[in-house]
Amino acid sequence: MSKVTCLEVKGLSKWFGGLAANSDIDFSINEGEIVSIIGPNGAGKSTLFNCITGFYKPSSGNVTFYGRDITRLGADKICKIGIARTFQIVQVISDMTVLENVTTGALLRFQRIRPAMNKAEEILNFTGLNEKKDFLATELTIADKKRLEVSMALATQPRLLMLDESMAGLNKVELQQIIDLIKKIREKGMTLIVVEHVMEAVMKISDRVVVLNSGKKIMDGSPKEVVSNPEVIQAYLGEKYRAVAK
Amino acid sequence: MRRFTTRQVIPGVAVLIVLLIFPLIVQATFPIHVMILVFLFGMLGIGWNIMGGYAGMFSFGQAAFFGLGAYTSSYLSMTFGINPWIGLLAGGLVAAVVAAAIGYPCSSLRGHYFAIASIAFAEIVRVIFNNWKMVGAAEGLSLPMHQESFTNFVFNSSKLPYYYIALVFLLISLIVCYFVATSKMGYYFRAIKESHDVAEVLGVDVVRYRLIAIMISAFMSAVAGTFYAQYILYIDPESVMLLAISVQIVLISMLGGAGSVMGPVIGAAVLIPLAEYTRTMLGYKGTGVDMLIYGFLIMLISMYQPAGVWGLFSRIGRKTR
Repeated sequence: MSKVTCLEVKGLSKWFGGLAANSDIDFSINEGEIVSIIGPNGAGKSTLFNCITGFYKPSSGNVTFYGRDITRLGADKICKIGIARTFQIVQVISDMTVLENVTTGALLRFQRIRPAMNKAEEILNFTGLNEKKDFLATELTIADKKRLEVSMALATQPRLLMLDESMAGLNKVELQQIIDLIKKIREKGMTLIVVEHVMEAVMKISDRVVVLNSGKKIMDGSPKEVVSNPEVIQAYLGEKYRAVAK
Repeated sequence: MRRFTTRQVIPGVAVLIVLLIFPLIVQATFPIHVMILVFLFGMLGIGWNIMGGYAGMFSFGQAAFFGLGAYTSSYLSMTFGINPWIGLLAGGLVAAVVAAAIGYPCSSLRGHYFAIASIAFAEIVRVIFNNWKMVGAAEGLSLPMHQESFTNFVFNSSKLPYYYIALVFLLISLIVCYFVATSKMGYYFRAIKESHDVAEVLGVDVVRYRLIAIMISAFMSAVAGTFYAQYILYIDPESVMLLAISVQIVLISMLGGAGSVMGPVIGAAVLIPLAEYTRTMLGYKGTGVDMLIYGFLIMLISMYQPAGVWGLFSRIGRKTR
């Protein structure tokens, strides 16, 4: 496998007043990898996401994407150079149809509606949402909304896709569908960062897992290594995973 | 891009034909005056709709742009003898530049905060013009009587030319709005209206697209302002910059259907005759009665049909399809 570095985070800290939501975080991701970020609530996962994607300005440290410093770029510029993301709380354009939503994303790379719409249909076929393309976004189930949000992110044609809890609140069937979708996206050569609480999914899809606790990185390794690390078990996973790991 | 269906084209053409022959059949001046105001406010409503209905910036300050257009062309015409048609473009540009200058620092204001800022802006502009000697202060500007001609944009003997010019302006505004709504801009405006976060995450330069929406809106409103000045031939801050005008523009668009191309025109066609006829029928005692009826209609609309009258049409249209 090639070892091109896609994203590199160096010494990243984010302070909110006296609270360090992220402190001195380092990690890097190679092209084509799927890396999961896990940790208990309040560990700083979403803050890290927001710092990387330009929604927050980091207090210190920097982020580079294929060697380019993107630390101070705005969210729209970061999307333009190839990092797409979804939100923990689904964000779609509620008074647009599914197709229009994805078209809006595709318009980043097209000036005219027609080609953008063709691209959007191609993506909806890929994500399995094409049958519902004329539904209004508000008419979708949570699972479909999440799928729509992923479709919109893909429509901006990113090189790195960051998913923030795409699996929260889904049932078993829906969960399997989104895992399948993530695998499918990966097969197309996409690099992915996934914030996730559903450990079952994390174990299945990740090449590597970064564990955060109280704003600090406490572990970075393969899923196997992570679930057998005592510190991780104590901070986040709980005792039942000690047995699983053995 | 969506193609027009015959179901959309036929009623449109029919209405247009009726509007074209209306002043030839109805000879009385008052109904023609009312129709001219309908076209004028339809245009102002479309201008508002581009920034309010599509891009989600609820402006209660459109009268400032309307007034800037009226004042720019009138001042240029009276002081330098500049042709009002050139003044019309100049007024549009002045309004667009002012809009951008004010809009840029307001880039992060959303929802109610933007609405409050827009009221403050329009009131400041009004107070400035009320005290600015160079543009006649509170006395306003009386345009001199020029030779009646299309080039001079003055017609004394009949309202008909004004009627047709206003109709053409309205049609041009509709076409502009249609192209905005069905272009990349329209999609981006709607994303911004949903939320800045969702727009930015799709790579939309929110500040830039908001400014574009504000500038188009200001330009259109200013053109309407020049038309008004040439039609009435007298302007003062009370007649072109009042907060009540801004509110009326918002009401028209909301009633007709914000975020649809035809909405503001429908709204103007309902509310303007209502206002004008209650005013003439009740005389000065009726001042405010139109506002009472507006208020009542707005309550009904917001409770039962938030998408406006046009939303009602398209809902029925969808059901019968």
